[in-house]
Amino acid sequence: MSEKKETIGRTLLVALSVCLVCSVFVAGAAVSLKSLQQQNALLDKQRSILRIAGMVDDKASGTEVRRVFNQDIKPRVVDLETGRFTDAVDPRSYDPLKAAQDPAQSKILPASEDIASIHRQERYSIAYFVEKDGKLETLILPIRGYGLWSTLYGFIALKSDLATVSGFGFYQHAETPGLGGEVDNPRWLSQWPGKEVYDDNGRVSLAMVKGGGAKSNPHQVDAIAGATLTSRGVEHLVHFWLGPDGFGPFLQNLKKGDA
Amino acid sequence: MAKPTARDVLLNPVFQNNPIGLQILGICSALAVTSNLRTALVMSLGLTLVTAFSNLSISAIRNQIPSSIRMIVQMVIIASLVIVVDQMLKAFAYSVSKQLSVFVGLIITNCIVMGRAEAFAMANPPKLSFLDGIGNGLGYSAMLVTLGVIRELCGSGKLLGITILPTVNEGGWYVPNGLLLLPPSAFFLIGLIIWGLRTWKSNQKEVPVFKITSHVRAEAY
Repeated sequence: MSEKKETIGRTLLVALSVCLVCSVFVAGAAVSLKSLQQQNALLDKQRSILRIAGMVDDKASGTEVRRVFNQDIKPRVVDLETGRFTDAVDPRSYDPLKAAQDPAQSKILPASEDIASIHRQERYSIAYFVEKDGKLETLILPIRGYGLWSTLYGFIALKSDLATVSGFGFYQHAETPGLGGEVDNPRWLSQWPGKEVYDDNGRVSLAMVKGGGAKSNPHQVDAIAGATLTSRGVEHLVHFWLGPDGFGPFLQNLKKGDA
Repeated sequence: MAKPTARDVLLNPVFQNNPIGLQILGICSALAVTSNLRTALVMSLGLTLVTAFSNLSISAIRNQIPSSIRMIVQMVIIASLVIVVDQMLKAFAYSVSKQLSVFVGLIITNCIVMGRAEAFAMANPPKLSFLDGIGNGLGYSAMLVTLGVIRELCGSGKLLGITILPTVNEGGWYVPNGLLLLPPSAFFLIGLIIWGLRTWKSNQKEVPVFKITSHVRAEAY
């Protein structure tokens, strides 16, 4: 038997049948689990939006997250160039991060504007509106930028005056655990609500500073100890996304009721 | 070699012939996924399943595999199993699968899986091979869980995300050891564990391949 199994025909037959069985197995798993995986990815995103806006806590169940999101959150597409709403894409299926990789839907940022080091910026982004009785209560905006090792992805939630922070946080990064990774520390994040983003001239003025003086100053956030570059990255990404190249024009239009 | 018994193949790899401790295989993932216990546990489970089922299926068809394509056939089977495990994690444990990221996929290249397929499953019946896979998975898990417990407890004062030692950053008293959250710390810990293991079971000590002779005269300046 051992001589027989070494023939070319036999080798091909075994290779072919192993491949066939394995591919059916893999394809079966991929196809049957796909919808569950997509649901998970969507739920994960909804959960991070709600968590950062402080609308659910970490322990909330999937159905709870889905219910709150569908009930209270209204995603709308924003044209970052004009600073106005647009219907160019569907907010439910549009992914700004994917669009940022697509040359047709994004632009390369010149180094002078690219303070958050994101290289490419999408043309359309999504703003999440939380409304109560038809009036804006909270606006949640996606932000991202480079820290020390990695791009930090997160959201910033603004109160109805569109200038006061009501929530801030990241859902994905790869900063040093224990140092830059402390951007996830609830105690550090808890100092964000109530901070003022803009100064009297309408420029982004939120700064990361060393020392406890930041607590009483609405324009300062106490930086993370041992993580100067991550803190600087966080400052830069807030400046970029709330400034003139990010959501700045849109926020101004929205304030005038002209978005 | 005497015929291995079920008990031997299942329990020997835990202390006597630990894949990480004695064979020094699978170090890469042991460094990468042990900064907290939850990922270490899920990774252990994934590797144990893959090793067990790859051993089972390779052993079942071992008499049909032509030796010229033996490695490739093993790889195809292992790779398929890993993809299925990865898909399952994405479907049923999404947040953990996000933390494990590429390391589940890298089980394919984990030397333990391939090593057991080649060294054991190709020469032994399916039932015994399956148990051998589980046993080696347990050996890997024992090491990963030990690392995970030490690193998460001393590095961030928690176990499975539950605070045990309240850290200074969160208003407690414990100053965490940041080094333990970084991959190199797992190297030091594995080294210490191997030292302990070989002191306990001195038959694991390797005979030195060569001996460094002492200087016989002063070195030239």
